[in-house]
Amino acid sequence: MTLLTVEGLAVSRGGLRAVEGVGFTLDPGQALILRGPNGIGKTTLLRTVAGLQPPVEGRITIPDDAVAYAAHADGLKPALTAAENLRFWAQVFGGDGVAAALAAMDLQALADRPAAALSAGQKRRLGLARLLVTGRPLWVLDEPTVSLDAASVARFAVVIRDHLGQGGAALIATHIDLGVAEARVLDLTPFRARPGRTSRPSGFNEAFA
Amino acid sequence: MSIWEYANPTKFMRTTDGLLPWLVAGAAVCCVGGLVWGFLTPQDFRQGSTVKIVFLHVPAAMMAINIWVMMLVASLIWIIRRHHVSALAAKAAAPIGAVMTLIALATGAIWGQPMWGTWWEWDPRLTSFLILFLFYVGYIALWSAVEDPDSAADLTGVLCLVGSVFALLSRYAVLFWNQGLHQGASLSVAPGERMSAVYRYPLYLSMLGFMLLFLALVLIRTRTEIRRRRLAALQAREMRA
Amino acid sequence: MIALLIRDLRLATRAGGGFGLGVAFFLVLSALVPFGIGPDRAALAPVAPGILWVGALLACLLSLDRIFALDHEDGSLDLLATAPLPLEGTVAVKALAHWITTGLPLILAAPVFGVLLQLPPAAMPWLVLSLLLGTPALSMLGAFGAAITVGLRRGGLLLSLLVLPLYIPTLIFGAEVTRRGAEGAAVQTPLVFLAGITLAAAALIPFAAAAALRINLR
Repeated sequence: MTLLTVEGLAVSRGGLRAVEGVGFTLDPGQALILRGPNGIGKTTLLRTVAGLQPPVEGRITIPDDAVAYAAHADGLKPALTAAENLRFWAQVFGGDGVAAALAAMDLQALADRPAAALSAGQKRRLGLARLLVTGRPLWVLDEPTVSLDAASVARFAVVIRDHLGQGGAALIATHIDLGVAEARVLDLTPFRARPGRTSRPSGFNEAFA
Repeated sequence: MSIWEYANPTKFMRTTDGLLPWLVAGAAVCCVGGLVWGFLTPQDFRQGSTVKIVFLHVPAAMMAINIWVMMLVASLIWIIRRHHVSALAAKAAAPIGAVMTLIALATGAIWGQPMWGTWWEWDPRLTSFLILFLFYVGYIALWSAVEDPDSAADLTGVLCLVGSVFALLSRYAVLFWNQGLHQGASLSVAPGERMSAVYRYPLYLSMLGFMLLFLALVLIRTRTEIRRRRLAALQAREMRA
Repeated sequence: MIALLIRDLRLATRAGGGFGLGVAFFLVLSALVPFGIGPDRAALAPVAPGILWVGALLACLLSLDRIFALDHEDGSLDLLATAPLPLEGTVAVKALAHWITTGLPLILAAPVFGVLLQLPPAAMPWLVLSLLLGTPALSMLGAFGAAITVGLRRGGLLLSLLVLPLYIPTLIFGAEVTRRGAEGAAVQTPLVFLAGITLAAAALIPFAAAAALRINLR
């Protein structure tokens, strides 16, 4: 069973097409790393795959309730402890394994600390631990290693590998080498949208070009 | 050929370019004609010369409501069919509607002072127009607050739908709240309440004039919006390249 | 959904959550009005129902922008939008949490402030009942306004501008119930209208608010 099929996808940012004609598939156990210069539309593409914004063209096929999305903001509540934060997301997504997720990201010692007291890197680790408690197979990750130190990056690579080994898949936008050797790389540069008349404008900036 | 072709910006610009001079001329003739004719009507036996403000008051009040309805229709067209010009037309109409509401309220106050002895009364009709004005202000403020034009068009569309429901609800709530001083509808078809023909025909003319004035203004403003969007699109493209 | 409700309640009651601010504002308002109008019972009693309703409405307005803004800033809203619960449900639950943390304390405090404002004792039950029926609509409509303005800088002021006209029918019927209660007149008609507005808002507004949220998230 394929977890993610993307065909002829065009996404728009600021009312203009960013990339177009993107196509790829992700099967269980596969990871795909998106690369490309700043502003090409990696974040937009990931948000589109996560279902937060509609595609301009093309088709995205995903099984129901398969996506766990993690972006720059971790979605943590400073007033809640690390464990409470994770428990909440576990309940919302109907998953479990809060303790295991804390252990996987080396956060057991911080479990009862309020998230407000965590450092930026610790918060990031907690945000990534959230992926584990969602119980969802397809991880869509936007620059997951921001503010992580080398040891934490290596630890996260292990977590991704385990996830792939258990039949998961990951779509990752990142600039650094994650150390997930089996991941394919897709450079978005050739898919940069060309300006010109389009039959279906993606926004005001295309409709009035 | 379908009516939706006029939603294409280029086609819209070309069509309105030819149409506008006629609309402006028609609006000028009807407004001036209606208001002058209205001014020359004899004095009412009860209201004296103050009745003449009706030729400004009633058309403005009518347009205040009609413009909101037009915005509702334009928002629905935008939400359902995604014609960008439609969203811009709704945006262009809102300030005109707000001004019409303000004219209706101001002329009403000026008329109310000699007739009822008060500038303002919390009468259902006056209150409803005040509420309508608040809805216009909120709608305009939302358009100017949202930077991304696509989000702005969608959000104001949703606000217009919800606002319409609540404007209507407020109308009936206000009726319940206070029974009021205001006379009945100026153009009621019920026998015995009709205005004399002396006043009715100039009023019709001036209503037509206001209608044409609105059409001319909304087309001019929509054309401005289209040009502004074209400029923004060029800038966006420039920045991306 | 229950997890979300519990989280929102917990966040509101922890330090910095702003719980109780609405009631404090309501108290200040009710305490200020007699200074403006004068201490005379005959002057205060007739305006008390209106002042209490306007006060409750303004107190409710204070905390509206917190419904979605915090979750939007820290990214929770993105994650909630990808969660299995429908966004309409999220809106309804968050409006409910707002009502429990703002509306409910106001209802409990209202009789006390009614005493301050010389509200006739006969009107007390009607004041509580009208607030009980009306404040859920205030929270729901507020959630709609919050959803529309969630991504905006300086959204708070715009939020009040958008929401206040929507509050008018609720305010009219709510204050009318209390006023008629004070005069011993029949309250059934405004009471039924008030309940109708609340039910209609609870049924329809989540869809409009969720649509606005989706627009703001993309």
